[in-house]
Amino acid sequence: MTNENQAPREVDIAIIGGGPAGLAAGLYAARALRTTVLFEGGVLGGQIATSDRVENYPGFPDGVGGFELAMAMHQQSEKFGMETVYARVTDLQVLEDGRFALRTDGGGDFIAKATLVTAGADPVKLGIPGEVELTGKGVSYCATCDAAFFKNMEVAVVGGGDAAVEEAVFTTRYASKVILIHRRDELRAQKVLQERAFAAENMEFLWDSVVEEIHGDVAKGQVEAITVRNVKTNEVTRMPMSAVFIFIGQTPNSNLLEGIVPMDAGKHACVNAWMETPVPGLFVAGDVRADAARQVVSSAGDGATAAIRADHYITDHF
Amino acid sequence: MAHPTDTTDATFESDVLKSDVPVLVDFWAPWCGPCRMVAPVVEELANDYDGKVKFVKLNTDDNPKVASQFGIRSIPTLLIFKDGEVAGQVVGFRPKSDLARHLDAALA
Repeated sequence: MTNENQAPREVDIAIIGGGPAGLAAGLYAARALRTTVLFEGGVLGGQIATSDRVENYPGFPDGVGGFELAMAMHQQSEKFGMETVYARVTDLQVLEDGRFALRTDGGGDFIAKATLVTAGADPVKLGIPGEVELTGKGVSYCATCDAAFFKNMEVAVVGGGDAAVEEAVFTTRYASKVILIHRRDELRAQKVLQERAFAAENMEFLWDSVVEEIHGDVAKGQVEAITVRNVKTNEVTRMPMSAVFIFIGQTPNSNLLEGIVPMDAGKHACVNAWMETPVPGLFVAGDVRADAARQVVSSAGDGATAAIRADHYITDHF
Repeated sequence: MAHPTDTTDATFESDVLKSDVPVLVDFWAPWCGPCRMVAPVVEELANDYDGKVKFVKLNTDDNPKVASQFGIRSIPTLLIFKDGEVAGQVVGFRPKSDLARHLDAALA
């Protein structure tokens, strides 16, 4: 029920994306007493919201629930005055006076002196037949959300990085058997995660293999089988399967920045050590920037750096 | 203030399938982080659509029968029922404007 003709709201700092980078930026911006609005069109916390436990964020020796950490970060930022607008930013323009015009999907229009893009990344899809049709019917990008629906069933996890291995280990709590399918013959995940995976009793590994098709009954809402090809022998097998969890990497949410800032081949925005882009007042932090470590702690650090610099920028230019 | 009410395996038929008005069912579980994000959005929608749509929540841990009957394999899932039939479905967290569009499409 937003009035489309309302004049845009003027703020100091706009933050696009409510993951660790955006939430940390919001904390620092609000504590600098800048009017700060954070836009979130999905889930607060971003990728950590769907992570069962975060074990590598300093200060939590026993780990912390991803969603709990996100909520605590958000609470802390709002406590110091950050405002949250639950809407997606659909358009970002640089105005002639150097400020930024932001248009949102249902949250109104805004003008900001500085803008921090902390939009994070979304899971990459396999792009194979059956994947889109069966998403939510056994094809999933979030084991912590959906693994419980496959109690005592056989499920596949695709990928070999941290997320794949971590979520595969989590899924062993529910599934009778978890088959980790990886296109190489070794995992890329942190060693501590690999050790856990190799120790899990109901976990098997299918090396040098890719999933080529997901079969199932869309009407009944279930995955029934997958087609797997061995990349070395080209042998193709069909395996009965109740679910497929896919963790093959992320793609940065950098659409808003296209044509505004330079990007690397993977569409990550290029920034300097202060998270500055060549556009004055425009900062990019976290998973959406190039050369990021893609960790909760480094994203939060990025966000703090960007907010500190944005505060200085506003002092110097307005 | 209109608030979503809880429905169960036992009351689903009378609450949802035999409802005179369209019903939005929020399938959730306590362990699901994104589900807890959906809850406040559904609360807001319940206010916006007060009188036009009934809003209920179903805990999939406690009510596995309904969840499996409708092939719920991922939460949060929202199902919109009209005259006892599924008229719309949203899987995963979406912003309020998206959900409103789905509701409007299902009601049309």
